[in-house]
Amino acid sequence: MKQLVRLFLAIVIVSALLLWGISSLNASQGYSGDNTLTVYNWGDYIDPELISQFEEETGISVIYETFDSNEAMMTKIQQGGTSYDVAVPSEYTIDKMREEGLLIPLDHNQIPNLKNIDSRFMDLPFDPGNQYSVPYFWGTVGIVYNPSMIDNRKLTSWNDLWNPAFENEILLIDGAREVMGMGLNSLGYSLNDTNVDHLRAAKEKLDELTPNVKAIVGDEIKMLMANEEAAIGLVWSGDASDIMYENENLDYVVPSEGSNLWFDSMVIPKTAKNVEGAHKFINFMLDPEVSAQNTEWVSYSTPNKAALQLMPEDMTSDERFYPSEELTKKLEVYENLGQSNLAFYNELFLEFKMHRK
Amino acid sequence: MNQKVTRQLYMLPYTLWMIFFVIAPIVLVVYYSFLDINGDFSLANYEKFFTPKYLKMALSSFWYSFLITLFSLLIAYPTALLLTRTKHKQLWLLLIIVPSWINLLLKAYAFIGIFGTYGITNRFLEAIGIGTQQILFTDFSFIFVAVYIFIPFMILPIFNSLNQLNPALIDAANDLGASKWTTFRRVIFPLTMEGVKSGCQVVFIPALSLFMLTRLIAGNRVITLGTAIEQHFLVTQDWGMGSTIAVFLILIMFLFMALTGKRKRGV
Repeated sequence: MKQLVRLFLAIVIVSALLLWGISSLNASQGYSGDNTLTVYNWGDYIDPELISQFEEETGISVIYETFDSNEAMMTKIQQGGTSYDVAVPSEYTIDKMREEGLLIPLDHNQIPNLKNIDSRFMDLPFDPGNQYSVPYFWGTVGIVYNPSMIDNRKLTSWNDLWNPAFENEILLIDGAREVMGMGLNSLGYSLNDTNVDHLRAAKEKLDELTPNVKAIVGDEIKMLMANEEAAIGLVWSGDASDIMYENENLDYVVPSEGSNLWFDSMVIPKTAKNVEGAHKFINFMLDPEVSAQNTEWVSYSTPNKAALQLMPEDMTSDERFYPSEELTKKLEVYENLGQSNLAFYNELFLEFKMHRK
Repeated sequence: MNQKVTRQLYMLPYTLWMIFFVIAPIVLVVYYSFLDINGDFSLANYEKFFTPKYLKMALSSFWYSFLITLFSLLIAYPTALLLTRTKHKQLWLLLIIVPSWINLLLKAYAFIGIFGTYGITNRFLEAIGIGTQQILFTDFSFIFVAVYIFIPFMILPIFNSLNQLNPALIDAANDLGASKWTTFRRVIFPLTMEGVKSGCQVVFIPALSLFMLTRLIAGNRVITLGTAIEQHFLVTQDWGMGSTIAVFLILIMFLFMALTGKRKRGV
């Protein structure tokens, strides 16, 4: 008993010491001052040098926190424990956050650099008039593949995947909209189709793909593709650039039938305490030089037209990540289809998963 | 009188715990199961559960859990029996239990490496001339990893009941001329039945709702009720349907407990 009490006391003392240590560390880094800005972003999604540059230029000290899913980020903002000043959700989450009143409207006068953004990426359905959000990076959904594993064949379209030669060679990302979208696109329907017959047809078309599908996985797809576990993968372009960085044999293609266009945009959530600083940060990130440097570091596609001119030619002319005007027209942004349509998409996706070879 | 009040006072924390963390969640799950996707009260979810899709899913969950339990038992019983006969049985037991301290996700990731096309297993198969096989994302790998994860939970109760077995009974069986096999069949096994039962409960019930492994190891080629619940809660946000499946899972568990539970002696 005495030992137990002693052990318990020891744990309490150690915890108290650690707590004190953390708070004094925070204080020594200036985290307790008033002039701070809390940025909430995806992991590995900013060049850290730029944060220091921003701190030097404005005297605002930045607290940088990361999240790994839109849902997790939204939950934390809903709870409101931390005063996040800038967050970077994806487009469908912006729509939801806007509906739930979790966002503060942007003052465009405080963001003069907004003019640098390509007009193609402004005023999109998830945020008409860019009232709440400014695009940070964008990308597509497409096919990452390993030519050497499929006899150096070239893939150009979704329908190429139905080739019987690719038996057990395809990995799909575990997302109902992405996989159903592939089915819809391959039949020439829209990604946002809600016609029941079209959706059923897409699901039946996907069933035919089953013999070629090796697995339907989550984030592991990056590791599995880089390790050459399968020849073909359905991925977001962002993941594709990560995979291709790991394994140079791989190639990426945006299918010719069309695909999804996604955005991660900067917003100011309701939890913000330093709204002025948040505007400064957003404006700073839109500066052509800053944006170019950031894009080279992150290696996603930037919506910043002015930054593109400052970037190396081989990066900006890469049609895999900056698709041609013609193809871009075929890309669609996911619309918020409403709860019951989304449920139907998921039902069909579940049925597809249960379909056996 | 006074004593009764004190006793009730001591009971209070446990009662509160049971109410808040056992009864309330179950009531909530049952309540949500009657809400359709728009939040209206209906029986639609139950109707949906009795469509071929969900029945098939329930059956396949059942089947996989059964296989996992069976293989765990087949491996665990002889292991436990051997353990009780070794010299340092506590040490051996500890070694078997240690892997269960490691996070499930970590073990699953390790198996992706081991079973992968370029993993150790395939390199071994290549070396002995069988050649590379598809191991990851198959039923085999799913059941193998699940059995690996559940085995310590099967061994422990069986080991305990074997350990408590009075050795004099075995000696008596030998003296009366029973062969080794008869001794096992007629004496050892019946007397350790309780351990086997609780082992099966501890394995079968969690195996029914496995969901991380179905994606990581089986690549979503195995869909269990657990997978469907996860998807309904996290992706579709159709809490009603998720809860309905959970209600059925709870029912199946009660049924299984009732079937394998302790019967009164002498009945």
